[in-house]
Amino acid sequence: MTDIVIIGAGQAGASLAIKLRALGHEGKLTLIGEESSPPYQRPPLSKGFLLGEMELDRLYLRPLSFWEEQGVTLQIGEQVSSIERTAKTVRVGDKTIPYDQLALTMGSQPRCLPESIGGGLPGVYTVRTLADVETMKPEFHRGRHMLIVGGGYIGLEAAAVGAKLGLKVTLIEMAPRILQRVAASETSDYFRKIHTDHGVQIIENTGLARLSGDTRVTGAVLSDGSEIDVDFIVVGVGIAPLTLLAEEAGLVIENGIHTDELGRTSDPNIWAAGDCTSFPHRGGRLRLESVGHAIDQAETVAQNMLGAMVPYCAKPWFWSDQYDVKLQIAGLNTGYDRVITRKGDSESISFWYYKGDTLLAVDAMNDARAYMIGKRLIEADKSPDPAIIAELGTDLRMLLKI
Amino acid sequence: MAKITYIEFGGVEHVVDVPNGQTVMEGARDNGIPGIDAECGGACACSTCHVYVDSAWVDKLPAKEGMEEDMLDFAFEPDPVRSRLTCQVKVSELLDGLIVQMPERQI
Ligand SMILES: Cc1cc2nc3c(=O)[nH]c(=O)nc-3n(C[C@H](O)[C@H](O)[C@H](O)COP(=O)(O)OP(=O)(O)OC[C@H]3O[C@@H](n4cnc5c(N)ncnc54)[C@H](O)[C@@H]3O)c2cc1C
Ligand code: FES
Repeated sequence: MTDIVIIGAGQAGASLAIKLRALGHEGKLTLIGEESSPPYQRPPLSKGFLLGEMELDRLYLRPLSFWEEQGVTLQIGEQVSSIERTAKTVRVGDKTIPYDQLALTMGSQPRCLPESIGGGLPGVYTVRTLADVETMKPEFHRGRHMLIVGGGYIGLEAAAVGAKLGLKVTLIEMAPRILQRVAASETSDYFRKIHTDHGVQIIENTGLARLSGDTRVTGAVLSDGSEIDVDFIVVGVGIAPLTLLAEEAGLVIENGIHTDELGRTSDPNIWAAGDCTSFPHRGGRLRLESVGHAIDQAETVAQNMLGAMVPYCAKPWFWSDQYDVKLQIAGLNTGYDRVITRKGDSESISFWYYKGDTLLAVDAMNDARAYMIGKRLIEADKSPDPAIIAELGTDLRMLLKI
Repeated sequence: MAKITYIEFGGVEHVVDVPNGQTVMEGARDNGIPGIDAECGGACACSTCHVYVDSAWVDKLPAKEGMEEDMLDFAFEPDPVRSRLTCQVKVSELLDGLIVQMPERQI
């Protein structure tokens, strides 16, 4: 019976272990994670948990007892420092753990502000782990001034939490508009308005020159030369896949740990899933940072580790919660050349991304119907006539019958 | 605390106590009951926590909100009356004795 070791006890690692057992793997199964908590969900960290609406024990993907019942050796608070591929072992502290098959689910790490501009000062936070959020939470007091660097989903979610808790919130974005990297200007406009309506000051086209403060951050100088006083800073400027361990072991890296369509790395005994991988997709390679992808890819890898050999077919989806708005995204908008707006009732709206006549993606705000229909259409490679989408009277459900 | 019976598609029954304030989805998750995937962790964003509520209970549950209703329309084989997203159903004493059945699959 094969011994399987999984490095990284996050979303993908947990899903992989659960699926392996569900599929009947009876061999030894070890899940190693450097964080001190059992596997938990990250999305609430910048939403309900930060807001204080969700307690800690609801974050865990499974109760601690589950791992024991499933016969999964959960080694948390332990970091893997190297992989010896010839000996087929991984090193944890001064111990080595043997494997027959290994899975890498190390996730990613947030980009930090350079030390040279004050990025290392106390009071500067990134939002990746439960520990990050536990340490920043006490800063969220009514009346304090939070500066957010970066107008992506994490930054905007943190801004929404701050505004709801009565903080003064300023958000700076270096690009000409918030969400520029991930969404159309329609979506940016929508969220800019919501945040501005809630009193958040959004400054686009503006970077950070440096931070000031002796023992902790007290101010920021922006790229336009203006200076502001701040109480603390939240940095949301993207992530980088955690590839070092794989790289040092001599595995191929290509914007993430390189996997084939089965989820196998350049070593046939080593597999990978989640944020840390790049995988084949529609003739190119793709890296995705989302819960749905981490679960689906891990589940496919679990099947393949047990011999199924099914290709992974990504069906990208994502959500974000800001104030009373639930954004749901289906598909990938890369390469879109036009965006069709569909107004729902007073509170819902959706933006449909097309490249020529091909539907690529949908951003739906408080419109689960548009999201679900868009998701189905994209997965089935169906592209309705944009004119029909824009037409208020059409029952979108009819589109599924085409 | 409420006693909730989860019936797997194949008929296997799980009777568990779920604390007040948790959701019916969390009750399944925390007791290792298979059949409720709950990919989004309760954000009403994935529709993989779908169940059929026992007919006798349909009217006793708090009403569906619009978002849940719309997500359910596209769940796997939804039933207009009995289907619910378990992450949207909060547990209280009033739910003591609730019976839910899992669909054949979630997607
Ligand atoms: C604040 C926040 C909000 C988010 N919101 C959403 C959302 O709304 N919707 C959505 O779809 N996605 C969201 N995401 C993204 C989603 O959480 C990630 O894509 C997902 O967690 C990726 O899973 P993973 O298993 O690849 O990585 P992770 O969940 O990050 O797990 C990797 C684990 O491996 C551990 N590890 C790394 N190196 C080692 C080592 N050498 N030894 C031992 N352990 C190691 C790490 O500490 C970590 O615990 C959010 C992420 C964050 C941070
Ligand atoms: S858990 Fe995703 S909708 Fe209920």
